[in-house]
Amino acid sequence: MGAPVQHGLTEHSHGAGVPLQIRSDRLRSSSVADFPEITKQQDLWRYLDADQLKGLDADVLAEYSEQVSFSGPAGVDFEWILSSAAPVGSIGLPEDRVSAAGYTNASKTLLVKIADELNSSEEIKISVHGDSTSASALHVFISAGKFSNTTLIIEHTGLGVLSENVEIAVAAEAKLNLVTLQNWDKGSAHVSAHFAKLERNSYLKHTVASFGGDLVRVTPIATFSGPGAEVELNGVYFAEAGQHLENRPFVDHAAPNCKSRVTYKGALQGEKAHTVWIGDVLIRAIAEGTDTYELNRNLLLTDGTRADSVPNLEIETGEIEGAGHASASGRFDDEHLFYLQARGITPDEARRLVVLGFLVEVIQKTGIPTLVDSLTSLLEEKLNRN
Amino acid sequence: MSILQVKNLHVSVDTDQGAKEILRGVDLTIRSGEIHAVMGPNGSGKSTLAYSIAGHPKYTVTDGEILLDGENVLEMSVDERARAGLFLAMQYPVEIPGVSVSNFLRTAKTAVTGEAPALRTWIKDVREAMDNLKIDSTFSERNVNEGFSGGEKKRHEILQLELLKPRFAILDETDSGLDVDALKIVSEGVNRAHAASDLGVLLITHYTRILRYIKPDFVHVFVAGKIAEEGGPELADRLEAEGYDRYVKA
Repeated sequence: MGAPVQHGLTEHSHGAGVPLQIRSDRLRSSSVADFPEITKQQDLWRYLDADQLKGLDADVLAEYSEQVSFSGPAGVDFEWILSSAAPVGSIGLPEDRVSAAGYTNASKTLLVKIADELNSSEEIKISVHGDSTSASALHVFISAGKFSNTTLIIEHTGLGVLSENVEIAVAAEAKLNLVTLQNWDKGSAHVSAHFAKLERNSYLKHTVASFGGDLVRVTPIATFSGPGAEVELNGVYFAEAGQHLENRPFVDHAAPNCKSRVTYKGALQGEKAHTVWIGDVLIRAIAEGTDTYELNRNLLLTDGTRADSVPNLEIETGEIEGAGHASASGRFDDEHLFYLQARGITPDEARRLVVLGFLVEVIQKTGIPTLVDSLTSLLEEKLNRN
Repeated sequence: MSILQVKNLHVSVDTDQGAKEILRGVDLTIRSGEIHAVMGPNGSGKSTLAYSIAGHPKYTVTDGEILLDGENVLEMSVDERARAGLFLAMQYPVEIPGVSVSNFLRTAKTAVTGEAPALRTWIKDVREAMDNLKIDSTFSERNVNEGFSGGEKKRHEILQLELLKPRFAILDETDSGLDVDALKIVSEGVNRAHAASDLGVLLITHYTRILRYIKPDFVHVFVAGKIAEEGGPELADRLEAEGYDRYVKA
């Protein structure tokens, strides 16, 4: 399955250089000491400098719990529990040093318990609002009960330097629509590891929307633990001058007859705007009947931007429905502009048309109209800045 | 009645070896309702003329004028020219990622008329124009020119011509790469637009084939950056028989 040919796009390269580490062999530990000091030589951190982490790679981080507020419909319980207690850690353990630092230093975990069979259109909201640059740690555990059907938004605003671990347990037959929005102030750094486990016939729609923050790095891991489940990992990002926005989604097909769709789209504008997308999919031997497709597209709006995009597909069984990937980064260039202008469209309107058309599509997949409106306005603001 | 005048137009492009003059004094006058064919061999500057009128930034006008009803076109930006009533059907339409055909057409229509079209009549107009050009309705939701075949791109250009209703249309080798069926469909579209709004047409072509379907009032032979000979439709017949050798060898 190839990507559609598109003007001005460059294809990603396949298998350049060293063989990839087998994803399932990666170290998992809650202890910072188990991970080496971060350097650019490590594959996991090769696209950024350790100082961009603003101290998140230290052994000791502060608690973040004071600046977290939440709300939701009846049937959703919020409780701060000790991180040493169950079920914390049952869905996923850190796979990198910053995640481990967050794990060790968050002594309490916000447990969000969605009752079995709760079907609510009222959004569950977790608001993380920061006002300092001291490196800190937050742990959230979301449990979507059997046959529940809910929407949850985690919103990050203000000034913060945060290592965050989010565990997402999606019980059998549950449907969860989760959005994590990163709209931090300048000076912020946020490294967030999401671990989702999908039981039999469950469905998770997971959207990462990253706009504000000097560094935002989100690593969503979705693991199928029962057959017939489906995950959509979507992402949308807009990097401006000096921003580093990184996404590393990973789908672990560890059960048969599951379906995954990974769709990330980003735009870059301004000097040293940098985005990274590493999309891993592992189809284990047991995962017969797997259907997977992952896609990353980047739109480079100005000179001086850089988009790295690498899809990796590891297949241990041939008995699958389908597996494919596409990745391409293209420029919005003078010829695009000329074409639109030659139809009477002003340059500002042309840019708006292209960027919104490109990115809003992903936001619309959330099916949350208020979010579509607010993020569209946010994007328009950013475009007007150029 | 409108009039588009090109007077003593000199145009150059930047190359690695410095500025290179491509148009060397072009004079051409087109009135509403007239169809002018500009014919010439490869490299004669035909497309440069088309792009210069539309205002492509790659081309620098070093001398001469372009006037639309007396207004100085050269002082207008590309989008201002389009809003003033000039339309260029491109030889190689580019793909625009993320912008659907329907969104694009509506935005362009709003831009050229200065107000958003009434939704109900607009949808009907678009559908009718697409039917006429045998463009499948699913194209509305596809991104502009993305994955379109060569013929589909050209039909999409003529679709825009019919919907945007300019005063003058410049067709830059719209016939190239089309099979006979597609050529007929595209030509019918141009003839419809011509009949519907007294459109003035500047038809740029290498071959005489399209002139079987679109009848020119005037034929200009373009050689080495200027018009070498002018006449009526009979000049096209002569070119069909003799080719461009006579001009190129001279």
